[in-house]
Amino acid sequence: MANSELLAIRGLSVSYRSVPAVRDVDLTVHSGQIVAVVGESGSGKSTTAHAVIGLLPRGGRIDTGSITYAGRSLPGLSERGWRSVRGREIALVPQDPTVSLNPVQRVGRQVAEVLLIHGTADRKTAPAQAVELLRRAGIDEPELRARQYPHELSGGLRQRVLIAAALAGRPKLIIADEPTSALDVTVQRQILDHLEELAAESGTAVLLITHDLGVAADRASRIAVMSEGHVVEEGSGGAVLAAPADPYTRRLLAAAPSLAGEPIRPPRAPGETLVSARGLTKDFSGRTAVEQVSFDIPRGRTLALVGESGSGKSTTARLLLRLETATAGTVSFDGEDITSLRGERLRLLRRRMQLVYQNPYASLNPKLTIGRIVSEPLRAFGIGDRKRRAAELLDQVALPASMLTRKPAELSGGQRQRVAIARALALRPEFVVCDEPVSALDVSVQAQILRLLADLQDELGLTYLFISHDLAVVRQIADQVGVMRAGRLLELGPADEVLRTPRHEYTQELLTAIPGSRTPEAA
Amino acid sequence: MADIATLTRSRFLLRSPGLVLSVLVVALVLGWALAPSLFTGYDPLAGIPRQKLKGPSAAHLFGTDETGRDIFARVVHGTGLSLRATVLAVLIALVAGSIIGLIAGSRGGWLDSLIMRIVDVLLAVPSILLSLALVTALGFGTTKIAVAVGVANVAHFARLMRAEVLRVRTGVYVEAARAGGVRWPGVLTRHVLPNASGPVLALAVLTFGVAVLEISSLSFLGFGAAPPAPEWGSLVAGGRAYLAVAWWMTTLPGLVIAAVVLAANRISRALEGANRGE
Repeated sequence: MANSELLAIRGLSVSYRSVPAVRDVDLTVHSGQIVAVVGESGSGKSTTAHAVIGLLPRGGRIDTGSITYAGRSLPGLSERGWRSVRGREIALVPQDPTVSLNPVQRVGRQVAEVLLIHGTADRKTAPAQAVELLRRAGIDEPELRARQYPHELSGGLRQRVLIAAALAGRPKLIIADEPTSALDVTVQRQILDHLEELAAESGTAVLLITHDLGVAADRASRIAVMSEGHVVEEGSGGAVLAAPADPYTRRLLAAAPSLAGEPIRPPRAPGETLVSARGLTKDFSGRTAVEQVSFDIPRGRTLALVGESGSGKSTTARLLLRLETATAGTVSFDGEDITSLRGERLRLLRRRMQLVYQNPYASLNPKLTIGRIVSEPLRAFGIGDRKRRAAELLDQVALPASMLTRKPAELSGGQRQRVAIARALALRPEFVVCDEPVSALDVSVQAQILRLLADLQDELGLTYLFISHDLAVVRQIADQVGVMRAGRLLELGPADEVLRTPRHEYTQELLTAIPGSRTPEAA
Repeated sequence: MADIATLTRSRFLLRSPGLVLSVLVVALVLGWALAPSLFTGYDPLAGIPRQKLKGPSAAHLFGTDETGRDIFARVVHGTGLSLRATVLAVLIALVAGSIIGLIAGSRGGWLDSLIMRIVDVLLAVPSILLSLALVTALGFGTTKIAVAVGVANVAHFARLMRAEVLRVRTGVYVEAARAGGVRWPGVLTRHVLPNASGPVLALAVLTFGVAVLEISSLSFLGFGAAPPAPEWGSLVAGGRAYLAVAWWMTTLPGLVIAAVVLAANRISRALEGANRGE
């Protein structure tokens, strides 16, 4: 069973409106095996997956090559033929659990619907079987969850619901398209553990599409690395990571942040305090988001706040920037209490503290040119000679001045984030909050942006509050690290100390959940 | 690249012949409004009694009326007045509605609740009824019916603009601007308004069609320009007495109105699609 060839892709080429996206890809999946396809955005990994299940977006076309599943050729199937394959033979776990579930239907019904479609259950037995599937997908109290709506579930639970729906047709191959990239590391680990168990126990093969080499290294027996539509390297998991043959794989490995690698710059000792928080508490209509958080950020240094979603780290940052007002506690900036500053004095303070957002796709106004975006803070404070300064700012973040007249939509994610950094630097602030500045970016771009942030800090003497869910990223850049959970600051100390010898058990849990830690010698 | 762009554009036009036709209809009607004498040689006011009540023919495309005036000429010359009233009505609704919606959406709180309750009341009354009440209070004349129709449509714009502002206002780039020290007026004009205006402009085009209809209705009822000045609605009304013997006097001006309304709807739908990034 474990050795029969289940899926064979040979010489596959796919193009979108005659622009090639996938070129000459060979890939084999045996039953019971986990095969990872690793690549950055635009590498063609998702296109390959969609070609397998016949769900290429409009305009996508298979030009050449064959896809054979258990001896049947897939691309030529009729709609009816596909219906007997999709779900029953090959199932897809989509990438984004927030948009892949119907928001107005209870999740139990959505899973039951799949059972009904495949005729594996009738109207009477489907609800009970759906509950059972939810249990198998690792959901506690499945009876209760089945009656809930998607918005009542956390991201991790939603992803499990999607896995349950994928399992409903008892498929022999599950295609998991970035199943965990939107989730916290500890949740990610549970979900992947679960997928792995399911695969082992039922002989289901998994084609795991991921951008994260660490995830691939931990889970897959075979890894195919894709770049620009080609498979540049393919082999057993250990071999690819231990001795990468292709220069692209080597670059990807080098760029992937890990606890084993060297930080961009050794952590430095603290000095004079610029920003300080004392007993910060924030309630949102009865729910406490931040509770009794205190810390100091020394001038010219970086404090990183680490935590999973909902831990209160972003709210803490917003309290410091006075985008929110604290329920209790004080914030002081350069010795001045700014907790309840208002109006024009608050606006003037904004010159000295700035924010770089997580999602460079949402934080730039799509209607303005890059030049206008970067120079907007200058305009707000009536600072002259904006054209020259805008060009200078773009130069600082290593973008050509020709970008000034372009619109955000024409830029890549990394370029957009550079623009967002340039905007934050426009007023020559002393304090910059970076809220997950690299989590929406590819690893190789991540490394560049982190390097840029470190260089800018040295050059301009900036003080950073760096917010991240990713301990490996934090280690690259932080002087001090604070770990947050459920609104509380659990641990605070020098980066080396917190990351090497964590005192709190939650920090230890976070550290072990980092993908890639199973094979530290390879990463 | 440019070749591909023009190729896809021409293919797009071929795929939607209705849209092309709609644009042509609107362009033609605009031509009538701006330079009526280019389209017809007849005098819209002076009739030739010998030619009265003639059916459509090559000489008189839309036929003639009871005093021998060419109806096509009266439609063409009436376009100016009708369209001016329509544009004015849409502008009033668009500008006033957008400002009200912008204030409600950006200020929030009790002001928002107050404005929206008033809007609810306005929406509950059919807009043609509201226009009738207003025009009765205001008096007769093309400008006055335009004001009446415009005011009756303010509520739709206010509601939509508020919804869009609420959506955009929570956007990250709006907060980024505020964090950058931009004052509220700057945030509203440079960030909120440009990103909220798409659906509102689509509604404006849609309302253009509605306004043509409402203004024609009011002018049909006799609230519009004093005779003998031609207007689309009053032309339809004028032919009513001769419906049995001269169908063309009501039907053909009526078809012109219908064509303009349908064209406006089609264009509005295309704009809406473009907003959604189709």
